[in-house]
Amino acid sequence: MNTKIKDATIPTIAFQARLSRWFGRNLLRIYMIFGFTYLFIPVAYTFAFSFNDSGKSNLIWKGFTLDNWQNPCGAPQICDALGNSIKIGALATIFSTILGTLIAFAIGRYQFRGRSSSNLLIFLPMATPEIVLGASLLSLFLVFKINPGFWPTVIAHVVFCISFVVVTVKARIASLDPRLEQVAMDLYANELETFRRVTLPLVAPGIVGAALLAFSLSFDDFIITNFNSGTLITFPKFVYVAAARGIPAQANVIGSAMFFLALALVIAGQIVNRKKTR
Amino acid sequence: MSITVPKVRVPYLLLFPGFAFLFTFFILPIFNLAQTSTQSPIVGGDTAQYEQTFAFSNYINAFVENREQFGRSFVYATLATIFALAISYPLAYAIAFKSGKFKNILLVLVVAPFFTSFLLRTIAWKQILGEEGFLVPTLRNLHLLGQQTTITSTSVAVVAGMTYNFLPFMTLPLYASLERIDPRTIEASGDLYANAITTFRRVTLPLSLPGVVAGTLLTFIPAAGDYVNAAILGSPNTKMIGNVIESRYFKIVDYPTAAALSFTLMVAILILVTLYIRKAGTEELV
Amino acid sequence: MPGDAIGARGDLRLTRITKSYGDFTAVDDLTLTIPKGSFFALLGPSGCGKTTTLRMVAGLEEPTVGSIHLGDTDITTTRPYQRPINTVFQNYALFPHLTIFENIAFGLRRRGIKDVKEQVDKVLTLVELPHLAERKPTQLSGGQQQRIALARAIVNRPALLLLDEPLGALDLKLRRQMQIELKWIQREVGLTFVHVTHDQEEAMTMADTIAVMNEGKIEQMGTPAHLYDNPQTAFVANFLGQSNLIKGKISGNDGDNLVIDLFGQKISMPKARSHAIDNSLYAGIRPEKFRITRTGSAARGNTLTGGRIEDVSYIGVSTQYVVAMPWGQELMVFEQNDDGVPPFNKGEEVVISWEPDFTFGLRGDEDIEAGTEVSPEEIQE
Repeated sequence: MNTKIKDATIPTIAFQARLSRWFGRNLLRIYMIFGFTYLFIPVAYTFAFSFNDSGKSNLIWKGFTLDNWQNPCGAPQICDALGNSIKIGALATIFSTILGTLIAFAIGRYQFRGRSSSNLLIFLPMATPEIVLGASLLSLFLVFKINPGFWPTVIAHVVFCISFVVVTVKARIASLDPRLEQVAMDLYANELETFRRVTLPLVAPGIVGAALLAFSLSFDDFIITNFNSGTLITFPKFVYVAAARGIPAQANVIGSAMFFLALALVIAGQIVNRKKTR
Repeated sequence: MSITVPKVRVPYLLLFPGFAFLFTFFILPIFNLAQTSTQSPIVGGDTAQYEQTFAFSNYINAFVENREQFGRSFVYATLATIFALAISYPLAYAIAFKSGKFKNILLVLVVAPFFTSFLLRTIAWKQILGEEGFLVPTLRNLHLLGQQTTITSTSVAVVAGMTYNFLPFMTLPLYASLERIDPRTIEASGDLYANAITTFRRVTLPLSLPGVVAGTLLTFIPAAGDYVNAAILGSPNTKMIGNVIESRYFKIVDYPTAAALSFTLMVAILILVTLYIRKAGTEELV
Repeated sequence: MPGDAIGARGDLRLTRITKSYGDFTAVDDLTLTIPKGSFFALLGPSGCGKTTTLRMVAGLEEPTVGSIHLGDTDITTTRPYQRPINTVFQNYALFPHLTIFENIAFGLRRRGIKDVKEQVDKVLTLVELPHLAERKPTQLSGGQQQRIALARAIVNRPALLLLDEPLGALDLKLRRQMQIELKWIQREVGLTFVHVTHDQEEAMTMADTIAVMNEGKIEQMGTPAHLYDNPQTAFVANFLGQSNLIKGKISGNDGDNLVIDLFGQKISMPKARSHAIDNSLYAGIRPEKFRITRTGSAARGNTLTGGRIEDVSYIGVSTQYVVAMPWGQELMVFEQNDDGVPPFNKGEEVVISWEPDFTFGLRGDEDIEAGTEVSPEEIQE
């Protein structure tokens, strides 16, 4: 009898212990899966409804179609909006990356009077809510009788992108071994060659990352754009305005396409990087 | 040396273009905003015509009229920040320490939702959680939700939306500071008789504090000024200060009040941020 | 502006070099000549100014006062890339974005040499790593990176090669091996090597000439054997190996020898080995030069009586004794274990003796603790 009971209980205890240990060990992994699911539910929803045979309002599932993907510009104004967003994003990226990288080199590489106030000036735009940035710029443009539109929007985007570029590039510069530049000088490279052959290639990943960040911030910005673009339609503005009367499924197509494009770009970048270090 | 620029001037030359830009399009506008905030309508003038009268009463009026929205903005932003931290910390920890060779892929996945327009994603939430979505009717059938209760158009939905939208801003700085922690310090703590909780409290958390500070700031600041989540997921009862500023600018065209509100919001946030950074003791944030 | 000095060859001469940072003087009125073709070591504890000296020779710092010549060319303010001098940096500092081949070819390419392959391959063979040409630095072990850093410098055939703690990051066994290889390579390529280190053993193994540096000045310069055998200062006596320094007075002459009074016991030592400036001096004896005999049995040479064994440590090849002397000082004695078992026990009364010629004399006003506070092995830079 006794032995029988033992036989029955020991495996149960062991099983429970194993189960709780398994949970203990995998708790973080389970959590991670939930976290990513949460992050991706709306993305998946947007993607799924890009195939909806919806007509005007893309609220209820009416059936599967590829029409929206075949004709992404089908909704009025949507591709103009997309084009504007890409143009603004590209220009804002170029200007903010150049200006921000120069600042990052100054702060990251030199000791000079006013360095800490420079840091503060970089921090301030990040600590200012977008609505204040947007509203204050609009007030300025109004004072100087400049009509909101394309260039005011580009300028507004550069203002809030610069700080993010500076922070990203500065981090990269800080992680750079300063001796590498000394080695280059020791090996007969003058200042210019040292910068071109050693400093720039080593900081480049930081600059590329900063540019990508600037583009995605600019492309996705709504609040500042809304204040400074006047009648110009950007993609986020198009979505916001359309939300009132129903968003066309083409917006889902473009949103999903941007998602996959960005993913492909980043993964391609990773592969290139890995090949380089091999 | 072949370059003729004296070395001391190099950093200033590098700073000049960017700072000139920021002075013109950031500092100047803020001053201008301050100036606008004390103007009054021109008597007998058209709408949207104002003159400087140093009407500091604008501030008092604006604040008294909208103190509810101010309060709401800070409560919502604080809640969203806390929730985002609670969700992001374990996530960032898992990516930093438990993901092995999938680290880079997972990191990309954290940022990836960024690229689907955040407005699209917010609207997707609205539809998923809305009356026509499948979730609310299902919950009602299971009697987990009252027949009259809704999820959207509530403060819960607005806070949830903000939490969701600013999650990557929290996760990335957290990851960056966790990733820098030498795992051996965590092992050493275990070796020195600290259990998992003590190790976390005494070693991991203090070492990741810069990430916590950066992440909470990057979440709180935009959340406090946000009006999109409230506009899409909320109702008139969940209006935040951002909604008020937006409508003062675009619908009512009351620039002085809008400016006074913006300025108050900015100063309030700056004070809170300064106090917070002091308290957290990490000056090297930027 | 001084121009190109790439063609300069000859001895390296530092003349009255001082380098200050604000109130702090890192290098203090230093004059030094390093002959062409030698393997020269600058030895000293961290913060003694040796690395600053090296960086001034490399051109990475400019002296506050003084001049640096290579042969007849003044290179004091010449830019680093215009000097025929290359450096092997501490922790190697290989370019992480370039392959091993491109790392080594870097200097050649900057000097406008088009066909670099032959030279790079040759130097890779010299450091025995030709198969790693296409790898990236992160894929190499510490020892391999060290050799590549060396190859990257010597491929340029500089007039002078500077090595800044090049072996500091390697483990002991690898360090020994690299010491021998470095020495062999130096003979093979016939360059002048200037080696900066805090490791006295490393300096003694490799260098023909050692300059011991302390607080920005050179304490003593000479061959390893000379420095060990006849140190001029307490710092050198303590920093290079261990020394027993006993306070005494010169009480008379005996031909070429001095008669010294050590707490009432008379010993003698060669006049030529005394660096004292007046009657007071410290008599220095290395621990392995001492012999121990039981009180009552015969002892040769200088003797000191009244010792008592305080501590015995058996360490294989030798036994280390701590002997307490009547005047309160504890002396360190190393005895070879010729016959196996340690013959003396704790508490035994003993006599210490040594050959008078092994004694060295230091100035009586020296700080006998100098150079002992910092154990050279412990310094992590």
